[in-house]
Amino acid sequence: MANNNTVLIKIKRQNGPDSKSYWEEFEIPYRPGMNVISALMDIALNPTTRQGKATTPITYESNCLEEVCGSCAMRINGRVRMACSALIDNLEKPVRLEPLSKFPVVRDLTVDRSVLFENLKRVKAWVPIDGSYDLGSGPRLLPEDQEAAYPLSRCISCCCCMEACPQFNESTGFVGAATISQVRLFNTHPTGKALKRERLSALMGDGGIHECGYAQNCVEVCPKDIPLTRSISEVGREVMKQAIGDLFRK
Amino acid sequence: MAANPKIIVVGGGLAGLSAVIKIAEMGGQVDLFSIVPVKRSHSVCAQGGINAAKNLKGEGDSTWQHFDDTVYGGDFLANQPPVKEMCDAAPGIIDLLDRMGVPFNRTPEGLLDFRRFGGTLYNRTAFAGATTGQQLLYALDEQVRRHEADGKVRKFEHSEFLSAVLDGNRVCRGICAMDLHTMEVRTFPADAVIIATGGIGAIFGKSTNSVVCTGSAQSALYQQGAFYANGEFIQVHPTSIPGEDKLRLMSESARGEGGRVWVPKQKGDKRDPKSIPESERWYFLEEWYPKYGNLVPRDVATRAIFKVVYEHQLGIDGQPMVYLDLTHIDRKVLDRKLEGILEIYEKFVGDDPRDTPMKIFPGMHYTMGGLWVDFKQATNIPGLFAAGECEYQYHGANRLGANSLVSCIFGGGVAGPAAVEYARGQKAAAGNGHLDAERKRQEEINGKLLKADGSENPFQIWRELGDVMTRTCTVIRDNKDLAQTDTKLCELLERYGKLNLSDRSQWANTTFAFTRQLYNMLQLARVIAQGARMRDESRGAHYKPEFPERDDKNWLKTTKAYFAPDADEPRFEFEPVDISLIPPRARKY
Repeated sequence: MANNNTVLIKIKRQNGPDSKSYWEEFEIPYRPGMNVISALMDIALNPTTRQGKATTPITYESNCLEEVCGSCAMRINGRVRMACSALIDNLEKPVRLEPLSKFPVVRDLTVDRSVLFENLKRVKAWVPIDGSYDLGSGPRLLPEDQEAAYPLSRCISCCCCMEACPQFNESTGFVGAATISQVRLFNTHPTGKALKRERLSALMGDGGIHECGYAQNCVEVCPKDIPLTRSISEVGREVMKQAIGDLFRK
Repeated sequence: MAANPKIIVVGGGLAGLSAVIKIAEMGGQVDLFSIVPVKRSHSVCAQGGINAAKNLKGEGDSTWQHFDDTVYGGDFLANQPPVKEMCDAAPGIIDLLDRMGVPFNRTPEGLLDFRRFGGTLYNRTAFAGATTGQQLLYALDEQVRRHEADGKVRKFEHSEFLSAVLDGNRVCRGICAMDLHTMEVRTFPADAVIIATGGIGAIFGKSTNSVVCTGSAQSALYQQGAFYANGEFIQVHPTSIPGEDKLRLMSESARGEGGRVWVPKQKGDKRDPKSIPESERWYFLEEWYPKYGNLVPRDVATRAIFKVVYEHQLGIDGQPMVYLDLTHIDRKVLDRKLEGILEIYEKFVGDDPRDTPMKIFPGMHYTMGGLWVDFKQATNIPGLFAAGECEYQYHGANRLGANSLVSCIFGGGVAGPAAVEYARGQKAAAGNGHLDAERKRQEEINGKLLKADGSENPFQIWRELGDVMTRTCTVIRDNKDLAQTDTKLCELLERYGKLNLSDRSQWANTTFAFTRQLYNMLQLARVIAQGARMRDESRGAHYKPEFPERDDKNWLKTTKAYFAPDADEPRFEFEPVDISLIPPRARKY
């Protein structure tokens, strides 16, 4: 066992997309205030396993280290979360690090999450402005409308909600909570709602909003406390309304 | 020539994306390169807001006042005409962002709300909670995604810029980049290239910057012949949260909303801060600067904190820390206007700043210096443009808070059209042998690194680089120390030649990518240290106690460093500053 001056960390590694995974253990010096990222930095400085075997530094994604860029999502002690805000003091030891399980592994703790950005394209998650030239001020917005939009706009595209969702898998092709919540954001914007019909249509059919099984895991793991289940139920209602309307229009 | 030129933009933060949108609207084709998915760029970290003199608070604010505050705040080192253009354009930029859907905070009437920031007496800063940079980046990211869906933009994410491709006439004809998954080196031709690669925080080891902010691209270009200007001007933010892996920013907006900086008057006071009565607290910024109080510019606040901690020895509990206190402000107001940053403090320190004063200390934050550009954002290499923090144009010797976002969007908005215009008037290159030549040069560098069988660890060299740069090239500069710093940097460069990589694989090898960046960091560090050594005066963020006054007679000039390949070291020349609009005056807050 690691003594009080060191921390034991077990990391699930994988050399490439088609390689087999394996575990390595590291014992690193403890310092108060350290987080999972600083532990991974320590390993890079001295890439030696607990058993004394020379190895390679861990490949992982990180950038801002302030939980706002969304890069460093991983499974820490079995739970998906951001590594930068995972303080070692608050984690059960040994600390177990694994890559997200629902996304293709690139290497070690790095996975390919580009599916989310593709989904955002599919639902046209933008405000269709005429152009970037000077056209005067934007629409007036009451403080309560801004206060409703802002929390939705804080989504960092970390994909934690998708990882935790039992319905997000290859067989359903479910789009996931993050994208649905962005649909709600843009459909409530005074200009953004011009594309409302197209966005709702994009959420019908295979992998659409009806795949949600209401497990509510998404809202529990979201590091930004975004009201994801509320987004799903509101957008779900709109999709339903539109689908029924479409039936009668035919 | 080409009506629809191909433009490469390197960097997907605010400056890069702003350029991309303009190019796409003008009918250009964009290849956008970024180390991280662009939505994860460092612009997300900007917290407090973006300046624009919209004068919505009945204070009589004007764009001229914004211009004057910016030039004065920068201690008159910035060329004035482009700064004026930026301040004039700022209100229109806010309108554009508002139209794009940025959820700016509102007044009860539904108009944009503004708050105060450092170095001004006006409420001039528009904000979206305390995650303004995030909201702005997302708005531009969404517009770029729209152009991407329309086929006008191709993204190359997880791709690192290695160098510019220069033809026989030293004209930029494209870039050489490394795919960070396959590690393959490839060249990409273009009619013009825009560099928007942000800050250089990693040169200082720990800073408020993101991991990708190494300055590697700027340094590579400097080594290829681009001028690097005013490198010695480094902003140290007065209020950051020291951490094991980085220094986390605690936004100036905390003070803009009424936050107060203080220390206990009694040395070694161990009482709980809440139990220390008002009369036993020293609000030193308010005492020393009655007019601006806690909102003096960052260089001034940082030096004041250093003085209190190191000269008066009044740091909290003898540690290098002071209090930043928000506990007197209504919780609801704090949640509405500052939630993002309070959450950061709560998550990373474990205390609730609504109940307990925060403990903060200055941390390296921003480079005013960067690639030299002209008023149209063109570097001295034809076909190569730069915008955002990676260039030097708008902030002089010290940047005012909430001016960085506006300078990124404005600079990108100038660079994009300028690159398209340039490309339309440019003849095609005579041949394309230069593309292959540059790829081979970069592959050789990679091959040598992979074969290196010395004993040095790149992360160890980086640690030593960060230590020496933070010690000698931040708040207080001393000529003897700076001379030693250059010696140390030469030693580190020599040790870089004896590396031994712990990972030689050719798949998603982050150690390898970092090691390439490290070389460029070391070269750029010499520009910073030597520039600081030469400038015998104090101006803005550059403070040298041996020369405590600003010296306009000898030093009202731009430092321009260029690389001497044969000597493998920087050389310097100096250029007069354009002060045609506001005559320099003493800077006294």
